[in-house]
Amino acid sequence: MSVSENVIQISNLKFMRADRCIFKDINISIPKGKITAIMGPSGTGKTTLLKLIGGQLTPDSGRVTVRGSDVHSLARAELFALRKKMGMLFQSGALFSDMSVFENVAFPLQVNTDLDAELIRDIVLLKLQAVGLRGAIDLMPSELSGGMARRVALARAIALDPEIVMYDEPFAGQDPIGMGVLVTLIKKLNQSLGHTSVIISHDIQETLSIADYICILADGEVIAQGTAAQIRESSSEKVQQFIHGYPDGPVPFHFPSVNLMDQLIG
Amino acid sequence: MLDILAVTGRHFIEKLAGFGRATLVLMHALFVWPQPRTSIPLIVKQLYSVGVKSLLIIAVSGLFIGMVLGLQGYTILVDFASEQAVGQMVALSLVRELAPVVTALLFAGRAGSALTAEIGLMKATEQLASLEMIGVDPLRRIVAPRLWAGFISMPLLSMIFAIVGIYGGAVVSIDWLGVYSGSFWSVMQSSVDFYDDVLNGVIKSLVFGFVITWIAVYQGLQSVPTSEGISQATTQTVVYSSLMILALDFVLTALMFGNI
Ligand SMILES: Nc1ncnc2c1ncn2[C@@H]1O[C@H](COP(=O)(O)OP(=O)(O)O)[C@@H](O)[C@H]1O
Ligand SMILES: [Mg+2]
Repeated sequence: MSVSENVIQISNLKFMRADRCIFKDINISIPKGKITAIMGPSGTGKTTLLKLIGGQLTPDSGRVTVRGSDVHSLARAELFALRKKMGMLFQSGALFSDMSVFENVAFPLQVNTDLDAELIRDIVLLKLQAVGLRGAIDLMPSELSGGMARRVALARAIALDPEIVMYDEPFAGQDPIGMGVLVTLIKKLNQSLGHTSVIISHDIQETLSIADYICILADGEVIAQGTAAQIRESSSEKVQQFIHGYPDGPVPFHFPSVNLMDQLIG
Repeated sequence: MLDILAVTGRHFIEKLAGFGRATLVLMHALFVWPQPRTSIPLIVKQLYSVGVKSLLIIAVSGLFIGMVLGLQGYTILVDFASEQAVGQMVALSLVRELAPVVTALLFAGRAGSALTAEIGLMKATEQLASLEMIGVDPLRRIVAPRLWAGFISMPLLSMIFAIVGIYGGAVVSIDWLGVYSGSFWSVMQSSVDFYDDVLNGVIKSLVFGFVITWIAVYQGLQSVPTSEGISQATTQTVVYSSLMILALDFVLTALMFGNI
């Protein structure tokens, strides 16, 4: 795969939180127009990775390039311009609690474009139609269920027609129907709008079913990268443990501690 | 021994670093090219939630404190047969001290804690992060209007406190204790000076308003984004602002009335 086809290129990335190493030295390429999934146990730093891509956090070393420009060496104005090309669906939805559904979806358009109010209204209606919530336009976020809030947040994330959409655990806490709706929605949006999607998820089956390309993180390292088929057939024990959900294996279930017997007796 | 020194030193350095970060937040939020079209509606909205919503508690407290002052002042002054000076006593203690300080303490409890909780919650629910991703600076959009609103509403609230308090004092002294109303008001008018008393009181409340909102907003921004983190930050806002109010009040009083 040539470099020009990769919209996001992460090279030799190292990131520390206080004195904990979140990423040791990772390299990930995210191909244009495809759905790339990033998987891994909780707390490995998947959300952190998205924030590094969006330029909200700065790495200790290494580079993140998006559409050919190094995110962390951009000037503020250039970074904000680049962010208009990225949509991000946060884990909690992150709808602005003092704004209605309409105002939430309209917000990125109001602050980033010069479109007049009528046109903005039309775009908002179209985006809400795409996520099936045109009828909820006048509700406040507190009146929405978790799944609806996530879909409104998705409508907001795609309001500016971004080239890249990042989803932080879009399926977490969804009922089976909501999950099915979101899976189809993400797939459909990816095909119809032709943007690049980056999905973070724990849900192995859903993710394997829609992702073109998968990358598994554990212990600050990339333990596997490849297509869904390649991942399924991976011979790595860690990967097998993760995709089958075995409680014990190379990735320990127990937080590091002294021997249980020693602690009980001593 | 060395340990104690190291711990104190680390604590001091951390506090200093925190103060530095808070100053940067302040600079970044306030010193920007003004954009009246977007910022004025945001400030007005905050004036409502910071100022108008604190109005009732301020007015009621002012009334009671004024009444207590009238009562206490009368019982002391009547022994010297100078009960008509109760108006002067009520007005001066309110305008110089009690209105700015008590308003500030109530404001810290009512509006300051709410500000911290609101911003902390916005942080915990990733609203601040998503503003950033949309290309809007949360310091300008969220923090700046709240700072201005606190700055503007504190002096106004403090004036309302003083006015209601004086009214409460008058009701008690004139209608209840029978002080002659003409002397109550005239002694008050001749003894309260606009620059020395009223203006200094307003300056105090401006300073307090500024400090409270600054602490509240900073505590919200730096809170650990969990429920415990937010409740801890809220408590700290009230504790730190109360301490700052009382300490600054001493400093300001010494500067204004100390004749140094
Ligand atoms: N603001 C923060 N300050 C300090 N540590 C953090 C912060 N955010 C996340 N972390 C830590 O970084 C690690 C990675 O977090 P995160 O990226 O949210 O994990 P994931 O999304 O994979 O579950 C976690 O161990 C978490 O405790
Ligand atoms: Mg996460």
